[in-house]
Amino acid sequence: MGQKLELVKNAAGRGIPAIVNGQQTVPYKGVGKHKPTGSKTAVPVRSCADYPADGNKIQPSLKAALEKCGLKDGMTISSHHHFRNGDLVMNQVFDIAAGLGVKDLVWFPSAAFPCHEPLIKHLENGVIHHIEGSLNGPLGKYASEGKMKGLAVLRSHGGRWQAVQDGEVHIDIAVIAAPTADSFGNATGDRGPSACGLLGFGLVDSLYADHVIIVTDNLVPFPCVPWQIQGNNVDYVVVLDKVGDADKIISGTTQLTKSPDRLYIAELTAKFVQAAGIMKDGFSFQAGAGGTSLAFAIYLKKFMQEKGVKARFIRGGSTKYLVEMLEEGLTDYILDGQTFDLEGVRSMRENPGHVNTSPFTSYNWHGKGNFASLLDVVVLGATEVDVNFNANVVTHSDGMMLHGIGGWQNCLFSKCTILPIPAFRNRVPIIVDKVTTLVGPGELIDVIVTERGIAINPLRQDLLDATRDSGLPIRKLTEIKTEVDDLVGGAPQKPRFTDEVIGVVKWVDGTVLDTIFKVRA
Amino acid sequence: MEAYTSGNRNSRSDCLIRFTPKSKGGIKIRMQSKVEKLYGRSITALAEKTLTELWVVNGLLEIIDNGALPFVLQARIEAAVKAALPDLGGESLPALQDHSLYHSTRDRFRRSRLYIPGIQPKLMLNAGIHKPDGIILDLEDSVPPAEKTSARYIVRNALRVLDFFGAERMVRINQGALGLEDLEAVVPNNVHTILIPKVESADQLKTIDQKIDEICLSCSRKEPVFLMPILESALGILQALEIAQASPNNIALAIGLEDYTADLGTQRTSGDNESFFARSMLVNAARAAGLQPIDTVYSDVNDTEGLRRSVEEAKALGFDGKGCIHPRQIGPIHQAFTPTASEIEKAQRIVMAYDTALEQGKGVVTLGSKMIDPPVVKRAHRTIDLAVASEVLGKNWKDQFPR
Repeated sequence: MGQKLELVKNAAGRGIPAIVNGQQTVPYKGVGKHKPTGSKTAVPVRSCADYPADGNKIQPSLKAALEKCGLKDGMTISSHHHFRNGDLVMNQVFDIAAGLGVKDLVWFPSAAFPCHEPLIKHLENGVIHHIEGSLNGPLGKYASEGKMKGLAVLRSHGGRWQAVQDGEVHIDIAVIAAPTADSFGNATGDRGPSACGLLGFGLVDSLYADHVIIVTDNLVPFPCVPWQIQGNNVDYVVVLDKVGDADKIISGTTQLTKSPDRLYIAELTAKFVQAAGIMKDGFSFQAGAGGTSLAFAIYLKKFMQEKGVKARFIRGGSTKYLVEMLEEGLTDYILDGQTFDLEGVRSMRENPGHVNTSPFTSYNWHGKGNFASLLDVVVLGATEVDVNFNANVVTHSDGMMLHGIGGWQNCLFSKCTILPIPAFRNRVPIIVDKVTTLVGPGELIDVIVTERGIAINPLRQDLLDATRDSGLPIRKLTEIKTEVDDLVGGAPQKPRFTDEVIGVVKWVDGTVLDTIFKVRA
Repeated sequence: MEAYTSGNRNSRSDCLIRFTPKSKGGIKIRMQSKVEKLYGRSITALAEKTLTELWVVNGLLEIIDNGALPFVLQARIEAAVKAALPDLGGESLPALQDHSLYHSTRDRFRRSRLYIPGIQPKLMLNAGIHKPDGIILDLEDSVPPAEKTSARYIVRNALRVLDFFGAERMVRINQGALGLEDLEAVVPNNVHTILIPKVESADQLKTIDQKIDEICLSCSRKEPVFLMPILESALGILQALEIAQASPNNIALAIGLEDYTADLGTQRTSGDNESFFARSMLVNAARAAGLQPIDTVYSDVNDTEGLRRSVEEAKALGFDGKGCIHPRQIGPIHQAFTPTASEIEKAQRIVMAYDTALEQGKGVVTLGSKMIDPPVVKRAHRTIDLAVASEVLGKNWKDQFPR
C-alpha cells in the first residue's frame, strides 16, 4: 500500500517522510555532513560452551535451522545476492516460514532479482511485510505499483553496512548461501559447483546478525580454506542439493554491447580518461557491469597498451575482461566486490592478485576510510541526469522504480566520476531539468559522456583545463540537452504521481535523500 | 472501409500507423505508445496537425508507437493516409533545421559511405556521430516494394530534421519511374548526392538530370545535385566512360558487385578475381572523366581483417572509397585509406618542390634530377589533404619540413 505521509524538506530540497516503516528518519544534510556519534551496534554475547565441541553445527534441514534460530513473527531475515538471478535458497526460506504460520517478516537482501518473483505471493499473504533492499525486476514493479505494505528502503551497498552498524536495521537471522563450507560454518564462494566468487555482501550479516545460518551444496571436511565467512560467527550449517543455478549466476548485464552508439560513447570515455591525464602509471579505475562500462575497459586497455601504462589496481565487479588485464600484467591487483562471470570466479580462486573485498573495505560510511575515494576514475551508468549534474539510477523518467542502487552512490566519491550514457533512449531524453528521483548529488558527478558530446561539471575547472586542447567534443550539458530536446520533439511531459509514498532513497550516511511516489495510472 | 497501414509495431524508434478512411464523422485518433506517459499528448497533437496539413477531414487513425521520433510519426501518417487517399495534394513537412543546410563539394573525400535502409529510422538518428564521409539513405534494394512510399517520406523528413554532422547527404533512388518520383521528395530537401542504381546508358542520366532541373526550378534550388551512377551489370561496365561523361553533375562512379557477378553468370569469391576487369575498367573510366572511382560495399560486418584487406586492394586498384553497411566499418576503412608514412613523405617532397618551382617562376617541377609531371603533383596534393584529414599530418606541416 502506498502511504500518505507528512513530508519534511531536506537539504537537497526534496520532500521526505519523517517516519519510515515506524522509524524516525534523518533528512539528508549535504555531502559529508551527517556524522552520528556514540557506539556502533553490538551483537549478543555467546559462549562456545553452547556450541558443539566437535565443531559440527549441521542441522538436518533448513526448516530445523530456522526453528532453532527461533523464527517468529516480525523478524528480519537477511541474505546476499552473489548468486544474482540464480539464487535457489530464499524462496525456500519464505515457503518454510509460510508453512510455520509466521507473519510480517522483513526481508533484508543486498538485492532481489527476477528469480524472487514467487515471493510476491508471500507479500500478498502477509508472510513478508516488506523488503528493504535493491529491488530489481518484478518485485520492483510490485513495489512501484504501491502494493507492498511497508516502504521500499533503497540503500547502497555501503549504506547497507552503515544501516546495520547504526542499528537502523537489526538482523534477526542471516541466511548465507555458500558454494563451499565446512560443518563449523567456515565458507567460501570461490569454489564448488555453485561457485559465485565471493561472499562479501553477506559479511556484515555474518558479523551482526543474532543468528547465522550457512546453507551450502558442497560440504568439505574442516577446514574450508580459504574462508570468506568465518565459522566462529555461524550458528548452524545446512546442506541442500543445490543452492545456486550456475548459469544464472552470470549476470545478464555483463554482455559487451554491440550497439555502435554505445561503443562510440565507451571509446570517447576512454579517450577522455587518457586526455585528462588520469591514465598514467600506477593509476586505478573501476568500471561496473553493463555493456558500455565493459566496452570502456576494453578501449582503455588498448590505450594503456599503446602508451605502456600499467594500473596499480582495478576495482571489480570483475569480468573476464578485467581478468585478462590482470593476467596480461596491465594491473597489479583486482580488488573485487563481486564476480560477474565464471572467469572472474576462476581468477579469484587462482590469482593471488585477485583480492576478495567487501562493502566494509570499499564503501562503508562508518569505516575509517574506504577504497572508493582512493580511485582515480570510476565509470557508472544512470537512468537520468539533470542540468545540475544530479543523477538518478532507481527510477525511469516515467516514474517507475526499476533498479537498485548497488555500489553506485558509494563510487561517486572517486577522484573522477564519469557517467557514459546515451543522450536519449527510444525517444526519451536522458538529460532533464530535474531528475525524477535524486540518487546522486551533482557535486560528486564530474563528467557526463554522451554520443553528442562530453559535459564536464563546472566545479571541475581542473578537468576543463586539462582537456581544453584535446580535440574532444567538450560541450555544455545544457547545449546537449537543447539539441536532444529539439530532436525528440521537446522535453517530455512530467509523469503524474499520486501523493502515496512507496519508497525512499537513502544517502550513503543513512539520511534520506529522496522519496519515491506511486505513479498515477 | 479498408484500413491502410505503414510501419512496424515491433521496431524500436518506429511505429505502426493504420488509417481507415470514412465519408463522414470527422477524425478519430486512437493511440497507444511505449512513451505515452511522457509524450502521449505530443503524439496526439502531432497526429491532428499532420491530418490537418493533409486536408483529411474524416477517418480513423490508429497509432501504435514504439518511441518513434516526430518526423517518423509524421512520415508514416502521411504514407498511410496517402495510400488510402492517393489524390490528396497536401504534404506534412517537419520544420527544416539549420543543421540540414550545409553544402557538399565536388572534390570532398568519399572514403566511406554508410548505407541505411530508408525504413529504419532508428539507424539514422545517430548515424552522423560515427563520422562517415557520406550517409546514404536508401530507397532501393533495402526497402520492400510495399514500403516504398513510407521510406520516401521518412527519408524526406530525415533530410529536413536530422543532423548528419558534416557527412555528405546521399540518397539512393529506385530504378525507372519510381526513382524519378523519389527525386521529387529529396531534391527540394538539400540532398547532396543522388546514387543511381543499375546505370547502363548515358540516356538514363540525361533523364534524371532533366527531372532534377525541373524540380530545382520549381523549388528554387541553386545548389547543384551531384550524381553517383552505380554500375552493376556487364553492359554498364562496358559503357562506363560514356556514363561517366554523360552529366556535368557526375562526381563519382560506383561499382556494385553482387548484381554484376550475377549478370556475368558467376559468383563473388573472396579474391574478387571475377570482377578485376570491371573494377579496373570503372577506375579508368572515372579517372578519364575526372570522377572519383568508388568501390562496392564489404558485407561481412564481423570480419574487420577481411574488410581491411579489401580496402587495401581497392586502394591499390585506384579506388577512392568503399561502401559500408555498419558504423563499425567506418574506422577501418578510413584507416586503410590513410596514406602511409612513406606515401606522405614522398608527397611532401613533391609539394615542396612544386612550391619552390612556383616561387622561382619555373614552369617545370623537379625533384633531384627527376622532372615531376602535373598529375603527380596533383596526386601529391591530394595525398597531403587526405593525411591532414586523417589526422596523421598537421595542417602546418610545411613549417617543420626541412627545405
